[in-house]
Amino acid sequence: MSAAIRFLTRRKGGKGWHWTDIVTWVWLIGGLFIMFGPAVWLAFSSFKTPQGLAEFPPSILPYVTQQVKVEGYEKPLMLYNAKMPDGSTRVLAEVRRIGIVSQMVDPKAPGEVIKVNIGDRQPVREVFFATENYTQPFMQFDFFRYLWNSVFVTVTATLITLIVNSMAAFALSKYEFKGRNLAMLTILATLMVPLSVILVPLYSIISTVGLFNSLWGVILPTVATPTGVFILRQYMLTIPDELIDAARMDKASEWQIYWRIIVPLTAPALAVLAIFSVVWRWNDFLWPLIVLSRRELYTLQVGLSIYAGELNVQWHYILAMTVVTMIPVVVVFIFLQRFITTGIAGSGLK
Amino acid sequence: MSSPSHTPPRTGQLKPKTDWSSVVLAPVHFIMGLADRPLRLLQKRAGIGGMAAFFLAPNMLIFGVFVLLPIIINLIYSMTGGSALFLSERSFVGTDQYAKLFDCKSYLDPMSCQEDAFWTAVGNTFWFVVLQVTLLILFSLITALILNRELMARSFWRAVFFFPVLLSPVVVGLIWKWILQRQGLLNFALYPMGFEPYTWLSDRTFAFAAAVGVSIWAHMGFYTLILLAGLQAIPKDLYEAAEMDGTKPARIFWRITLPLLMPNLLVVVVLALIRAVQVFDEVFVLTGGGPGTSTLFLTQYIYETGFVSQPRNAGLAAAASILMGLVLVVLTLVQLGIGRKNENKGKR
Amino acid sequence: MALKSLFAASAFALLASTAHAGDVRIMWYSDGIEGEVFQDLVNRFMKENPGINVIVDNVAYSVIKEQLPVQLEAGNGPDIARVTAIKDLAKHWLDLRPLVADAKYWDENFGANADWMRPDGSNQISGFMTQLTLTGGFANKTLFEQANVPLPGPKATWDEWAAAAKKVAQSQQIPYPMAMDRSGHRITGPAISNGANYIGKDGKPAPLDAGAKGFLGKFVDWSKDGTMSKDVWVSAAGQSYRAAADDFINGQVAFYYAGSWQVPNFAKKIGTNFDWVATGSPCGPAACTGLPGGAALVAVKYTKNAKEVAKVMDYLARKDIVKEFSERTLFLPAHKGVIAEGVNFKTDSALVKEALNTFVNATKTTSDLANKMPGWRWSDTMYGAVVTRTAQAVAGEMSKEDAFTRIDSDVAEKVKASSL
Repeated sequence: MSAAIRFLTRRKGGKGWHWTDIVTWVWLIGGLFIMFGPAVWLAFSSFKTPQGLAEFPPSILPYVTQQVKVEGYEKPLMLYNAKMPDGSTRVLAEVRRIGIVSQMVDPKAPGEVIKVNIGDRQPVREVFFATENYTQPFMQFDFFRYLWNSVFVTVTATLITLIVNSMAAFALSKYEFKGRNLAMLTILATLMVPLSVILVPLYSIISTVGLFNSLWGVILPTVATPTGVFILRQYMLTIPDELIDAARMDKASEWQIYWRIIVPLTAPALAVLAIFSVVWRWNDFLWPLIVLSRRELYTLQVGLSIYAGELNVQWHYILAMTVVTMIPVVVVFIFLQRFITTGIAGSGLK
Repeated sequence: MSSPSHTPPRTGQLKPKTDWSSVVLAPVHFIMGLADRPLRLLQKRAGIGGMAAFFLAPNMLIFGVFVLLPIIINLIYSMTGGSALFLSERSFVGTDQYAKLFDCKSYLDPMSCQEDAFWTAVGNTFWFVVLQVTLLILFSLITALILNRELMARSFWRAVFFFPVLLSPVVVGLIWKWILQRQGLLNFALYPMGFEPYTWLSDRTFAFAAAVGVSIWAHMGFYTLILLAGLQAIPKDLYEAAEMDGTKPARIFWRITLPLLMPNLLVVVVLALIRAVQVFDEVFVLTGGGPGTSTLFLTQYIYETGFVSQPRNAGLAAAASILMGLVLVVLTLVQLGIGRKNENKGKR
Repeated sequence: MALKSLFAASAFALLASTAHAGDVRIMWYSDGIEGEVFQDLVNRFMKENPGINVIVDNVAYSVIKEQLPVQLEAGNGPDIARVTAIKDLAKHWLDLRPLVADAKYWDENFGANADWMRPDGSNQISGFMTQLTLTGGFANKTLFEQANVPLPGPKATWDEWAAAAKKVAQSQQIPYPMAMDRSGHRITGPAISNGANYIGKDGKPAPLDAGAKGFLGKFVDWSKDGTMSKDVWVSAAGQSYRAAADDFINGQVAFYYAGSWQVPNFAKKIGTNFDWVATGSPCGPAACTGLPGGAALVAVKYTKNAKEVAKVMDYLARKDIVKEFSERTLFLPAHKGVIAEGVNFKTDSALVKEALNTFVNATKTTSDLANKMPGWRWSDTMYGAVVTRTAQAVAGEMSKEDAFTRIDSDVAEKVKASSL
């Protein structure tokens, strides 16, 4: 126990509390609430009924009004804490409401009908996880098909991105050639152009080359990420040229230099790019929405958007499916983030 | 309470490749090895310089077709008018669309312009970029410095700060909207303290601050990770030496940490700036550009003009996007200049 | 080898997207449960017609609104689609007249709205309305009762409703007496009741008249003095639609102006929390009208299976099918025969039945002008300008007069730009 506390409060150097220790923990605990809190709340909310979602004041946990089966009534009745005229409170079941008067019965003695003003009754609530938010979409929509499409798009796009971007970054960082700066500048300049701006031209290109309604139409436009080239190039610039010169002396081909020297040394940056690429492609929404208009090609993000109607949005399903779609990226992150730190620590970069 | 199991703090001794990865990578290495022979032939013919073109080609080809070409088409769009969607049916109007955008009595007062929404968006975007990028980098840097310390459960804390990056922008906007709306969590939390429910997002100043704050919330993890990678690459012995000399922490930060972090910081600044100028999804969901037009940003303006409004005006939207691109190219040039200086410094 | 597997995968993807002959693709969006009901009806069709494979592609409404037009323009798109911008896109619809089994049946039962979805001046049968909608008000009856304020009658004016709702809000301590969706379509109904006419003599948009300015001005004033909730109106810039339904569901407003489509939503979310009634549209000096609208199911002319498409449409337009669809989805039907026969909505809530009947009755007081709006080419342009500028006035960014001037100039600009 005391070892645990010592462990928890372990600080830099261990010579009493330094002000940086205080800042650190204030920052971390504050961060925990601000960064994590909303997401936890989102996860709980995904178990709320549509009624519960629209409710004010909002609750953290999903609640519903407790229901009870009362003899003589076909349907289960809602339970309320009702204030009696004599000041006591009783748990009653509501039979019906007429205007501002509620007709209630005691579940144990359903014979007598008690009239209560609706201002004097409070619902008896219980925590209830509306798991149908999860099960219903699974039955309605072809979840595993969408999952497969999403995985296919994410994995393929990430692999191509890693290969293609690292090759380009290699060329842009380790070779001197005419137009190198121009190429770099174009790539950087287009970093800036958001997709929503070039939707129409891009769409016409996609439909001209016949990639409309094809997963490749989703993958290809996204793989030549300027961001990736930029990050990788900056990283490769720190790799000493002497390594390459030495390899050339040993008769290594340029391809071997790329594959045997540059790529392993760039591993940390590649891991960072891999994480981002997975997150981006997994969450891509606008573009797949345009290219894919057939059910069997939907990715998960497109699939869950069908709950957004013209006049009404079925939030309970969207929230539940959002939680489900988040799981794979979280897993990928947990898996890859170890690789980043070991990679960075071990690559011996100076 | 049992003390949580944890891996010992990592030192620089671990190899980058653990067992599983060499198993996974073996077939990949084999495939890549197969590619070597034909590529050697290619190298013989093209020379070492020619290989640069080979490495660049796939990226540039995809990039050219799916990024550059649409931008060029967009340029043509910006010189056409009408409500047809495809170029072949649109009429050429020269620089009319640009003239319309610049039709102002006074450039300082958006309301005097014909396209008042455009200039409002320009102003909003400018202030957003200035505020968001500054604060974002500040917060990311602090977080990275803290996460670089010897902490228990460091990977847990890292995950905490990175977590929002995993969320799609739409979800980010939604969560915060639910928190900030009148019937939201924030008012619920403040209510017992005697505050009346307040419509935070209907308040011009607060809505703008919320847009800045939420986009920082969503993207901070990304930049923290890049900075953290940079911090961890700084050799530990440098710090140890400095501490032995009794150097103050602040001095260590300015003299060792910051200069060695510069390359990563540059990456972060460039990316953050670009992302900030493009701000759209999460703010659109959060405030929709309101109240009034106080959080209307350029991308939303372009998207709405070209896609949503009836009848759509793809020409005007394209013209606005070209102008936005021009500004960004200038920004990049400036930053590249700074970057070049640093690179040279690094080499010396 | 990596490349090889990539190609194999791509071949697989291409295979998956190849259309088979006899396939009919329907692009469909849902506000509620209608997607399930529709799928159910389609399944029955496929059982009856084994040769035709109908695939329902459920999409987000934004796909219908923003992406479908792009696809159509490129000659792509589904075979059948459920759309709302039916007039704008009319040139892309297939003429079913020569293809359907009995064109007379279609004219008779769907003729009233056929003009909404065909190119001007033709007699094309493009499809039919899956549901009609009508804007109208809802009152929180329980709040009114608790405040001891009688519900204004069917002929009550907007001012009377405002006065009554204000009294309720005061006594019940709710934040706002009234709320209206952030939508140019919603606010146009009351404007027409106030004597507005958007349509000029030449069929193009006219500058705002006194009737329109009167109601828009009143609306801005109400938002400023707290009679009308301004939350949803300032919650976006531009033309974005925002519903104020949640405020009504939570009992935060006494009167809410939306439309018939909210009935199933309220039934589900309000439950027994309070009693609510549909009130129809409050009156103005000129009329007591709401604005009609709805979604149509139309055939797209780029289809390769026109014959099968017509067969599917014939089935879906059948009287018993339309009736069942309306009854199960709680939508107002647009089929004349079904309306005449009466619809037995499948709900055990008396509130819902009453509300739906109120809306059915309100269709009778819909003014001619309001009925013209869905089929008028420029209505969306007008709605867009009206909502954008009125919202700016509500947010205090410009005066009412500036907003009116801007609406006129925005619309004029759009008309000019699109005739280039």
